Amino acid sequence: MSQVMDADRMSRALTRISHEILERNRGTDDLALIGIRTRGVPLARRIAHTLHGINHEEVHTGALDITLYRDDLMRQPVGPQPVVRRTEIPFSIDDRRILLVDDVLYTGRTIRAALDALIDFGRPRSIQLIVLVDRGHRELPIKADYVGKNLPTSTRQSVQVRLQEIDGEDEVLLMDGQAQEGA
Amino acid sequence: MLKSRHLLGIADLEPEEIGLILDTADAMTEIAERPIKKVPTLRGRTVVNLFFEPSTRTRTSFEVAEKRLSADTLSIAVAQSSVTKGETLLDTVRNLEAMAPDMIVMRHASSGAPHLLARLCRSAIINAGDGMHEHPTQALLDAFTIREHKKRLVGLKVAIVGDLLHSRVLRSNVQLLNKMGAHVWACGPATLMPADLARFGVRPTTSIDEAVDGADVIMMLRIQHERMHGHFIPSTREYFTTFGLTPERAARAKADVIIMHPGPMNRGVEIDSDVADGPYSVILEQVANGVAVRMAVLYLLAGQEAQAD
Amino acid sequence: MRASGATGIKLLLKGGRVVDPASNRDGEFDVLIDGGRVAAIGKSLPADGAEVLTLQSGWIVSPGLIDIHVHLREPGQEHKETVATGTASAVAGGFTAVACMPNTDPINDHPGITELILKKADAAGLARVYPIGAVSIGSRGEQLAELAAQKAAGCVAFTDDGRPVASALLMRRALEYAGMLGIPIVDHCEDPSLKSDGVAHEGFVAARLGLRGIPGVAESITVERDIALAEMTGGAFHVAHMSARQSIRAVRAAKDRGLTNVTCEVAPHHFVLTDESLEQPIRYDTNVKMNPPLREARDRDAMLQGIADGTVDVIATDHAPHHADEKLVEFDRAPFGIVGLETCVPLVFDRLVHEGRIGVRRAIELLSTNPARVFRLPGGSLTEGGVADVTIVAPDSLVTIRAAELKSKSKNTPFDGWEMRGAVAATIVGGRVVYRNYDQTR
Repeated sequence: MSQVMDADRMSRALTRISHEILERNRGTDDLALIGIRTRGVPLARRIAHTLHGINHEEVHTGALDITLYRDDLMRQPVGPQPVVRRTEIPFSIDDRRILLVDDVLYTGRTIRAALDALIDFGRPRSIQLIVLVDRGHRELPIKADYVGKNLPTSTRQSVQVRLQEIDGEDEVLLMDGQAQEGA
Repeated sequence: MLKSRHLLGIADLEPEEIGLILDTADAMTEIAERPIKKVPTLRGRTVVNLFFEPSTRTRTSFEVAEKRLSADTLSIAVAQSSVTKGETLLDTVRNLEAMAPDMIVMRHASSGAPHLLARLCRSAIINAGDGMHEHPTQALLDAFTIREHKKRLVGLKVAIVGDLLHSRVLRSNVQLLNKMGAHVWACGPATLMPADLARFGVRPTTSIDEAVDGADVIMMLRIQHERMHGHFIPSTREYFTTFGLTPERAARAKADVIIMHPGPMNRGVEIDSDVADGPYSVILEQVANGVAVRMAVLYLLAGQEAQAD
Repeated sequence: MRASGATGIKLLLKGGRVVDPASNRDGEFDVLIDGGRVAAIGKSLPADGAEVLTLQSGWIVSPGLIDIHVHLREPGQEHKETVATGTASAVAGGFTAVACMPNTDPINDHPGITELILKKADAAGLARVYPIGAVSIGSRGEQLAELAAQKAAGCVAFTDDGRPVASALLMRRALEYAGMLGIPIVDHCEDPSLKSDGVAHEGFVAARLGLRGIPGVAESITVERDIALAEMTGGAFHVAHMSARQSIRAVRAAKDRGLTNVTCEVAPHHFVLTDESLEQPIRYDTNVKMNPPLREARDRDAMLQGIADGTVDVIATDHAPHHADEKLVEFDRAPFGIVGLETCVPLVFDRLVHEGRIGVRRAIELLSTNPARVFRLPGGSLTEGGVADVTIVAPDSLVTIRAAELKSKSKNTPFDGWEMRGAVAATIVGGRVVYRNYDQTR
């Protein structure tokens, strides 16, 4: 097990991403951040906070639970049925430019599920993807638009992102052995 | 994770499982607020609603729940005549199973009918009410409704009033509320009390005043007009005077009491219209919550079916 | 008389323990059977050309067991059982004779039906069959059946079993009339209004399972009524399948008062099982649905007490075969009843004798001596010159009940898989060995 990002590097990555967002989207008009549960949500809030700090505009933030859209749910023994939580998107996503936020991008199946879920909520103008860590091994044609860190891994390893809001501290760990929470 | 592949009754559920169902139902309520009230989770799964007793409310609730999960649903209202044609319950279900449903939601007039099927058939069985025995999804949606308002179940005084003897809603609710730490007072005429009622873990009383005094929740049960035959009650008029929930009686409860009824209501028999339609009544919420709770049950059990394959 | 008696066969039962309460005998004796009769009972009898059955030490030689409450289902319900299969089941259970109930289709309220049953029994040539006739035509409770004609045809008792005798007046008349004929009235004691549409004992278990209840007083109220009528008329009254503690209290009080014309029977399931069997091992198992139902522990204990203290006269199985299709339905819809002929001896020996509640002598009284006495039947004793109806029991042999292997056509028993000590080694009717199991019995 090794620490590949500490709190400081994480913070600088998120700040950099925030500036990239502003640059590529020419401001925050009709942007909205939607974090994928669980850890995408605090990351989305942090980015919203940083954006506000730069250009003093509020950016809508929402939380998306993709459990019910997973493609592996009813097909094979996944272990205990994953717990479903509420999706909270208190604004219309129609015609907005949505920034999806997740902690780790791996096979791409989570993002596929998130796209399906978002379509049920409305018709956004565009969807871009922000991830803190891209660990490779895509199984679907999914690409992140903003990446905190590219991390080459083997499929026999797992990446765990720990966040202050949930785990009590900020760090990214690379571990041997597969974890339960897929990406 | 639920331990059994069936939902036959609250008797078979641990408190942790009840909590899991309620938490999952909480997530499911949000789906009703979306523009597209659908998720693809049970896509391609077939759920059969087999109702041997007429029921619009429960059957519709299950249908909506199944459709919101994108399952293919089939509702069969088995008329009594096909039963008298001589086909046994087992034969009816086995014929159905030849068409490979994933789950069967069944309501039947005989206590223990779903248990017979769970023992002898292949499908996962969800009990939508068996005779006088259990109605687990009703108790779960009742608990969900209570939890929405009171934020907890433990320590609450819950008064259940009505035909206790014949009520499956009572039996399921008493078991669930006891498992979750509430205190149940069961009230009804002496002629309509099951044997050894106190052994169910409730405070039995024939005084509605005593039952609703300081109650957090009042749950009124239906009294059927047929109970006058069999000499259980002399008349619905006398039943209302002795056991009906009037505004005066309801005022004896806590100031933030909630009034519940599994429906359908007999206005003026077990409950006064002013109370049923009043500010403390959550009767319509129960119906809405029914869909979310049934979605939660279907989701949790369907996952087990996949793992059993 | 009933089953075909054999002639000329000589059999020596060697080395068994002869227990015959009627002749006050209990000890190791040989029994010589010749020409269908008991030729001699004594020590070290010479074989003298007889086939010798060497019995193991401790095996019991008893007068043939008699089950006075059996449903043979013929005529009309042959899919459940016939006289042939029922008597095969009887001898496999150690019974040399059975009395069969009239709730056939048509009801046995007519000598023609009685004669049919006797003919079938003769043809089967296994256990003796003593028909019980209906008290009323069609058991409808409206009009007395022709009891004298039925007695002449061979009936040994009268009942409307399945139902109670419909009214106090009819019961009174039946007791008077049958009393004149020297025949007992057997009543399925039950108040129909209290029994209503109940399917299980009214108690906590049925309440929890949502099953409509039948209270114990539904039975005892009618027991008390019938005792009063028996006392008034002097007719012989026998309580069928007693199950409630209130009933046995009433019978005990009647006997204590000095009434000798009141007798009663208990079925094995009522002194072994309770209403908890509705939930364990299988919930809503229709193989524990019978009428009267399995009751609470204190009712079962009252039956055990009555068996031990002499209040109970007879153990009778209420053997009630039902086809598997009929029982594989919702509990409410399943017919009442379980088979009992082949589980009775193991249950009596394992749960009464081996548990020290009664001795072997009392067991034989309950299964042979008293049934013969109550119904005034030949048999029930082993005496020189008497008919050679003999049951040989291996009291310590282990037997495992296997429903699928029962000789009865029906397999509706809650005792499937039960391991008990007390096996039937052989059954001899009229000097013929009609059932033998002793090669397997150890």
